[in-house]
Amino acid sequence: MAINENVSNRMTHSGRSRRGFLLKLSAALNLLAAALIGVPVIGFLLSSFRRRIRPGSWISLGSLETFPENQTRLATFRNPYTRPWDGTTADIPCWVRRTEGERFQVFAINCTHLGCPVRWFQESRLFMCPCHGGVFYEDGSHAAGPPPRGLYEYKYKVENGHLWIEGGYLPTLAEPT
Amino acid sequence: MLRRIALWIDDRLHLSKLFDATAGHPIPSSASSWFYVFGSGTLLCFVIQIITGICLAFVYVPSASDAYASLEYLNYKLTLGWLLRAIHYWGSTFMVAIMTAHMAQVFLFGAFKYPRELTWISGVALLFCTLGMAFTGQVLRFDQDAYWGLGIGAAVMGRVPLIGANLVNLMLGGPIIAGGTLSRFYTLHVFVIPGLLIAVVTLHLRLVLTKGINEYPTPGKLVEKGAYDEEYKALLKKEGVPFFPTAASKDLVFAGLVTLGIMFCAVVFGPKGPIGAPDPTLIDTTPRPDFFFLSLFAALALLPDYLETPIILAAPAVLIVILFALPFISGTGEKSVRRRPVAALSVIVVLLALVTLAYLGGNSPWSPHMNAWSGNAVPEKFVKGRSPLELRGAAALQNKQCRNCHSLGGEGGQRGPALDNVAARLTSDQLVRQVIQGGGNMPAYGRNLSPAEVAALVAFMRTLHAPNEMPARDSAVPGPPGAREKPTIK
Repeated sequence: MAINENVSNRMTHSGRSRRGFLLKLSAALNLLAAALIGVPVIGFLLSSFRRRIRPGSWISLGSLETFPENQTRLATFRNPYTRPWDGTTADIPCWVRRTEGERFQVFAINCTHLGCPVRWFQESRLFMCPCHGGVFYEDGSHAAGPPPRGLYEYKYKVENGHLWIEGGYLPTLAEPT
Repeated sequence: MLRRIALWIDDRLHLSKLFDATAGHPIPSSASSWFYVFGSGTLLCFVIQIITGICLAFVYVPSASDAYASLEYLNYKLTLGWLLRAIHYWGSTFMVAIMTAHMAQVFLFGAFKYPRELTWISGVALLFCTLGMAFTGQVLRFDQDAYWGLGIGAAVMGRVPLIGANLVNLMLGGPIIAGGTLSRFYTLHVFVIPGLLIAVVTLHLRLVLTKGINEYPTPGKLVEKGAYDEEYKALLKKEGVPFFPTAASKDLVFAGLVTLGIMFCAVVFGPKGPIGAPDPTLIDTTPRPDFFFLSLFAALALLPDYLETPIILAAPAVLIVILFALPFISGTGEKSVRRRPVAALSVIVVLLALVTLAYLGGNSPWSPHMNAWSGNAVPEKFVKGRSPLELRGAAALQNKQCRNCHSLGGEGGQRGPALDNVAARLTSDQLVRQVIQGGGNMPAYGRNLSPAEVAALVAFMRTLHAPNEMPARDSAVPGPPGAREKPTIK
């Protein structure tokens, strides 16, 4: 009787530990498997959180003759980073103001308030935004309305008779041009 | 024979037991009320959205270069494509509206209180999922509004400190609004959020079954933890009725009306857009969101700029915390709205604010009228009999685009004050100062106007007052009435 009890005790004990081991093994195994699948999946999903494309691409806006002095003109360029299926969305407009000679100001189209496209009014020499009524002077500085700063300005250079700007991404308050 | 087949199927699937446990579950007879139809109405809209959405996905191309063309194809070429798009659009409109009614009703009837906290919380999650569907759906209508709506979203993300630039990139799926952006909003709209919605709706309905439908509240009857469950059980025993058919028939009547309403709007008003190809170089556009977000759009125009970033970033977080915490803050006590004046008042205030802001968002009085300077002539009565100098001023007023922000005779922008009566408000000196220096949300025109133009402009504006009203005069200048400027009554 005493021996039997002992045996059955041992058996349950070993049985329990075997089951416990299997449970632990299965948990560990599946955690490992989940991590092996999960890490690349999450890495894939969040890959665009880390921006790989560093700005610094020089884009030609055309020859200098297209921009008369003392005038502000709309120019468009094909964004340097595109996918084949981007269509017209990769054609980005900007405002080019040629003050004199080779001195320019190139403004992003996006209002600094919430990104809507500002329009140039030659007669009053103002940029006006159609969304929330932001207004900017011809030099891009803030004139009226809710925008927290003046227009975003691209870096530019003149080379080979062409006007070049440094761009490639949507300017926001976090990352002006 | 049929009966035997039915019994066989029931024996294998236990359908009648399932029916008893779900549609047949007892509810308090007071809950079989017309006020309780909005939840099922929202669910019905969701089902309509799934069906029409799947139909649209057969044709829609989620590519930045082709999405617009596929929408036009749906509208004009494909048999009944326009109707499917219209039902999907109006279905979403009805869904948001009925969901809002459901939420207001649940709040006013105290249904979020013990023991239905989780029902409320899952409902709040459904609210945000539905609004997420509304925003992503608006993006899939890949037109100018969608493009610049994404721009607004990116600009909001860009205001987040430290990680703003990363969030913009994550949201856009690349450096600009383009193919990558549409692909991710398509995935969210078609897979991710609907999956979440189905899961949370299941949880929501499960909770309705386990914790029961809220009884129609009686003023003075307080909810107490512990006692409530027994009371509810007793109530069901005393006057419980099966959900089907007593309450369900009201739900079904409402469902029929909702479906008819959606179909009516779809057939009469048709689908929305697409409005203009998503080409950012077409800048003559006036982006406006769908009606769900018009109030937000208006708030962004009206907030003072120093409050804007804190409110844009903090308000959603505060709102989420308040909504989720509500059943724990006010989980017991009075349910009836007759004894909860703060609850009633807050619903009224929130709804009034939303409706007023949405109305303002639709009108956008803060936006300049871009074509007013060339499109709206100075009304004849304001130029009749004026001197040459004053007429030069009227011309300058048009040419310098003043009308984009200032109306005359009711036409023109409303950003600045109407000028019909400006001479009665401002003296010549004040007008000169205002024009040259700006201020009060008006740009300074000093650099853009010659002295001659300013003189003409002010001379013209001095004539703008009602015939029976004196123009404003500088009270610091002494003299008899005759020394004042003569009112130019025409």
